[in-house]
Amino acid sequence: MRRVLILFAHPVVERSRVNRRLLATAREVTGVTIHDLYEVYPTLDIDVKREQRLLLDHDVIVFQHPFYWYSAPAILKEWQDLVLEHGWAYGHGGTQLRGKITLNAISTGGPESSYHRDGYNRFTIRELLAPWNQTAHLCGMRFLAPFAVHAALQVIGDRDLESQRAAYQLLLEALRDDRLDLDRAAAAENLVVSLPTLVPREVA
Amino acid sequence: MTDSVLAQAFIYLCAAVIFVPIAKRLGLGAVLGYLIAGVAIGPFALGFVGHEGNHVMHFAEFGVVMMLFLVGLELRPALLWQMRRPILGLGGMQVAVTAAVVGAAALALGAAVKPAIAIGLTFAMSSTAIVLSTLTERGLLKCRGGQSSFSVLLFQDISVIPILAVFPLLGLATTTAITDPTSESGRPAWLSGLIVIAAVVGVIAIGRFVVRPVFQFLAGAQLREAFTAAALAIVVGIALLMLQVGLSPALGTFLAGVVLADSEYRHELESDIEPFKGLLLGLFFISVGAQIDFALIGSRPLQIAGLVLGTMTLKLVVMHALGRLFGLDRASRWLLAISLAQVGEFAFVLLSFAVQQRIFGTELASTLVATVAISMVLTPPAFIVLERYVLPRVTDSAEERPTDEIIDEGAPVVIAGYGRFGQIVGRLLRANRIQLTILDLDPEMVDVLARLGIKCYYGDASRSDLLHAAGCAHAKLFVVAVDNAETATKIVETVRAHFPHLPIVARCVDRPHYWKLRGLGVRKVFRETFGSAYETGIEALKHLGYRAHTAHRLAQRWRKHEESVLEELGDLWRGGDRDTYFKRTRGAMDEAERLMRDEDPTVYSEGHGGWDNESLRADRNINEAAVEDSEVS
Repeated sequence: MRRVLILFAHPVVERSRVNRRLLATAREVTGVTIHDLYEVYPTLDIDVKREQRLLLDHDVIVFQHPFYWYSAPAILKEWQDLVLEHGWAYGHGGTQLRGKITLNAISTGGPESSYHRDGYNRFTIRELLAPWNQTAHLCGMRFLAPFAVHAALQVIGDRDLESQRAAYQLLLEALRDDRLDLDRAAAAENLVVSLPTLVPREVA
Repeated sequence: MTDSVLAQAFIYLCAAVIFVPIAKRLGLGAVLGYLIAGVAIGPFALGFVGHEGNHVMHFAEFGVVMMLFLVGLELRPALLWQMRRPILGLGGMQVAVTAAVVGAAALALGAAVKPAIAIGLTFAMSSTAIVLSTLTERGLLKCRGGQSSFSVLLFQDISVIPILAVFPLLGLATTTAITDPTSESGRPAWLSGLIVIAAVVGVIAIGRFVVRPVFQFLAGAQLREAFTAAALAIVVGIALLMLQVGLSPALGTFLAGVVLADSEYRHELESDIEPFKGLLLGLFFISVGAQIDFALIGSRPLQIAGLVLGTMTLKLVVMHALGRLFGLDRASRWLLAISLAQVGEFAFVLLSFAVQQRIFGTELASTLVATVAISMVLTPPAFIVLERYVLPRVTDSAEERPTDEIIDEGAPVVIAGYGRFGQIVGRLLRANRIQLTILDLDPEMVDVLARLGIKCYYGDASRSDLLHAAGCAHAKLFVVAVDNAETATKIVETVRAHFPHLPIVARCVDRPHYWKLRGLGVRKVFRETFGSAYETGIEALKHLGYRAHTAHRLAQRWRKHEESVLEELGDLWRGGDRDTYFKRTRGAMDEAERLMRDEDPTVYSEGHGGWDNESLRADRNINEAAVEDSEVS
């Protein structure tokens, strides 16, 4: 069994449409640790040692956040800058994260169609996540495709998100139980879409 | 009978209602007010009350019992233990030496040996009722002199018991000479001793193990008056028990008070007993006033005046000398000596007991009673003299301790005031290895800091020569952290006048003080309680379900507004038009509310629809929309 850590970053969860609901889903999955960064560090004063201990205690690191300005809310940048120390996460002797699995679970304002060469966002989500991909690579981590929920502002009620919530639950359980086809998950475009094909049905 | 009791009560209450507030207004204090009221309604002025005042007085003495119970409630056992030296040493010496000196004086005036001893012992007592009430009223009970006075009074209360035992040996009434005067039965001494010890243990046990469950039960029943009844029952019951075993009831209830000082019902007991104590003590003082026999005084004014002045002078000199012996400072010595110079209410008891034991005759006794009463009446005025004329001359502590010689070590920061506020600033700076020159005017603080290894100079930071010596000419920053607004202002004025280029950061007390200091050119002024109150507010928001980060952002937004308004309001305050000022203040509150609601700082990209496909399509120009959005978030 793999231990799954969700590093959750949303400055105003109370106004969130997608992340709040996905987080509720995650809370129901046993064996998943949820670490709410803005709640724990309201002034962005991050406890580096504590964060590093948390990382060591888990095998899968999920960054769950809105896709603000094609990236993440400020606290995640601060987190990266402080926690991923040279000699610990990367560089000479920096092997502590090696072999761990990581991915981004994100929500975007724009629809799926906009994240294309000819869409107004001009790049695909995977392309825009290049810095995350490279960060994972430098730390020796396995970078999976994002779990991206698009057009977040269209979500008004719980029903609008039913299929995505089910997919998120399946993803976390599959990661936990090591039932996910990691190679194909790393190559996919968006796990929300391709997840069903990546998890073998349990033999009844 | 009922009529006369009601009429009496009405007269006493009216006298108190009329005279006490007048006396307080005139700055004479409540105790003197009661005494004057007593004189006014007594047989020698208006004649509303006659000689039954004596009975009233016995009843009213219960006020003293209640007062000692309340005093006990304020004194935790540990604190009482700390005071053992002044109680036994200073108190014991006071009773012994005063008794000897007054006794010798009586001898010199022609009294026989035994009456002289009795008079000496009687006059060694001071008035717990008047002294404690006056000290409390003037807020002097907690200071060193006040505490010493209290210690001596406590010892006097204890010593009444052996004195009562000694009197029969001095008298001519041989029939009762052997037995303990306060107990009816002729118990042997060892049994009496055992009973006394058992009673004391009983009081402690009651306080520890009985009172709490009883009060818990009563609290469950939610009966306010049952609480009051129980509190009164405790005091009355213990007083009864003490009388039975021949101990002073005041002492017994004091003990019970000390035992209950640690209990959670302390405040409950205090507030229940307090009004009864106040009324009974008032009654007591009124009856003292009413008892003064002006006919007797009128018949030989010089003799009585001489006795009063002689007694008070002797007691004062003895107490002052003992205060010096016990290392009290000048102000405390004077406070102690003047507060204990009168003869106390125990003297009334002892004098009548002395007559009963035929130590001396009624004529001498009534002269002495008049002397005692007058000395008590003179105590509140003596306090006024003490406060107005004596203390100002002897307390100038700045004179007593010379300013320290300051060694300028070139520290970049000079900090004035190193109490609760300054120490926090100082600790932060020192932790960052920033050198400080510290000035403080509290000698105790300077000594405490010295023990912590922190060099703090004793001196008045509003003196320019001292600021020069502290290196203000080359310092980079001056921090004003004193707690007194006027002192802070004075320091700022001096620094601004002599070192105009030295930036100042200052602590202020309230808004007007804030504007005052800003007006004097202080760069940054901090309201002394703002920081912790601000943090408390954030914590409250969190407890009400706000996300931690949201609470911080809202608080920061609010604080910025609060600070900008504060600057703006300063102009209106200085302008002097209070109507405009309050109108603007109200407006600012509304503004702050709108700020939290409308210009919510927590609105990020979401909610504006900036990233929504539909809105982007409507805007046509994507780049413009993105720029707009980034400005909002």
